[in-house]
Amino acid sequence: MSIESSISKIYEWLQQVTDPEVPVLTILDLGIVREVELNGDEVTIVITPTYSGCPAMDVIGINIRMALMSRGFKKVNIEQQLSPAWTTDWMSEEGKRKLKEYGIAPPVRKTSDNPLGLFEDDNIPCPRCSSEHTQLVSRFGPTSCKSLYKCLDCKEPFEHFKCH
Amino acid sequence: MNQLTYTLQIADNALILGHRISEWCGHGPILEQDIAITNTSLDHLGQARSLYQHAADMFNALPAEEKKTLFVSAALQAKIAKDEKIDEDDLAYLRDGWDFRNVLLTEQPNKDWGYTVVRSFFYDAYNFYFYTELQKSKDTVLAAIAEKSLKEVTYHLRWSSEWMIRLGDGTAESKARMQEAVNHNWAYTGELFEMTTADKEMLAAGMGVDLNAIKTQWQKRVDAVLEEATLSIPANAWMHSGGKEGRHSEHLGYILTELQFMQRAYPDMEW
Repeated sequence: MSIESSISKIYEWLQQVTDPEVPVLTILDLGIVREVELNGDEVTIVITPTYSGCPAMDVIGINIRMALMSRGFKKVNIEQQLSPAWTTDWMSEEGKRKLKEYGIAPPVRKTSDNPLGLFEDDNIPCPRCSSEHTQLVSRFGPTSCKSLYKCLDCKEPFEHFKCH
Repeated sequence: MNQLTYTLQIADNALILGHRISEWCGHGPILEQDIAITNTSLDHLGQARSLYQHAADMFNALPAEEKKTLFVSAALQAKIAKDEKIDEDDLAYLRDGWDFRNVLLTEQPNKDWGYTVVRSFFYDAYNFYFYTELQKSKDTVLAAIAEKSLKEVTYHLRWSSEWMIRLGDGTAESKARMQEAVNHNWAYTGELFEMTTADKEMLAAGMGVDLNAIKTQWQKRVDAVLEEATLSIPANAWMHSGGKEGRHSEHLGYILTELQFMQRAYPDMEW
């Protein structure tokens, strides 16, 4: 197998590693895999953290290692790279679609758009009924990457994957 | 060596403030704000981890003789004597109070939500301009950590600014208590801009931040938010000092007692 086809194979396997906190998203959907280097039966995966203190990063590293070792790699190195800093702009369209289906409203803006002023918040459509008649409950949610909203039409609470 | 001390100054601020605000976990005034402040605490802790990893790498590369001169902690000296490499956990859990370089502001008690918000606001505003400048550091690891952290600090500052305004321009009771918290915490803000030897050397080497320059920006932001919050800066200009040189208030010892308990009581334990 040539190096190129092996690397594309590795990407296929990485597409099966999911975020432990948001299991509907793979690490490729999230855009946190920065590089894959192959050297014989040794492979190096460079990942970038979503948030500095994200506890899922260590688990993701372990899951990548397990996924690749079970495919015969003797040595799997996981390296973390901080710059350029991860942004939700790197999330795939497929990822955003899967989030919405899962009931989490995906990011609605590019990070390069005008930053929000004090007391300003994004208007987030409800992932269930698509109503824009929604209300922010808390800018912070059960994980760093999410905020909490409620829909004033279908009355369901929902999480929003913040633009970051 | 200045590079190591400088990195520890930044890391210790992040760890100690992160620990302080984590004390709100389970005690927030409402659930949503309990989650907000705990999320923020996690950001600080994550930033501290990256910084301590960088510091540990620099420490491990030092000659053996120099390693012995850096920390007073007996637990750390024992590791050094055995020629063991140290990591980010050793720096967080095995140094004593004198080894910590955080500013006194970060170790001040939470007291109440108002004191907590004011302390965070003064620090977040500083941290925002500090990391903005540190992104240009010739130390590429510090620059990368700054770039990453700045995104988080930006919403920390938004959060604490809003609470300053909400409570300052709130009821008579909330305003009076916020003014009291401003008056108390103000005396700890001068130290943020004090240039230690490490600060000066790092600035000269193109790796550090000119704290005098960011003080002007900080002051402008603080004035604007305080004005909207209908709060004022106290007339008394006397400032506390010492944390950046390892001389701390009595509060740090209590923080370390709790923060370091497991590693001190059960060395090298893991879970």
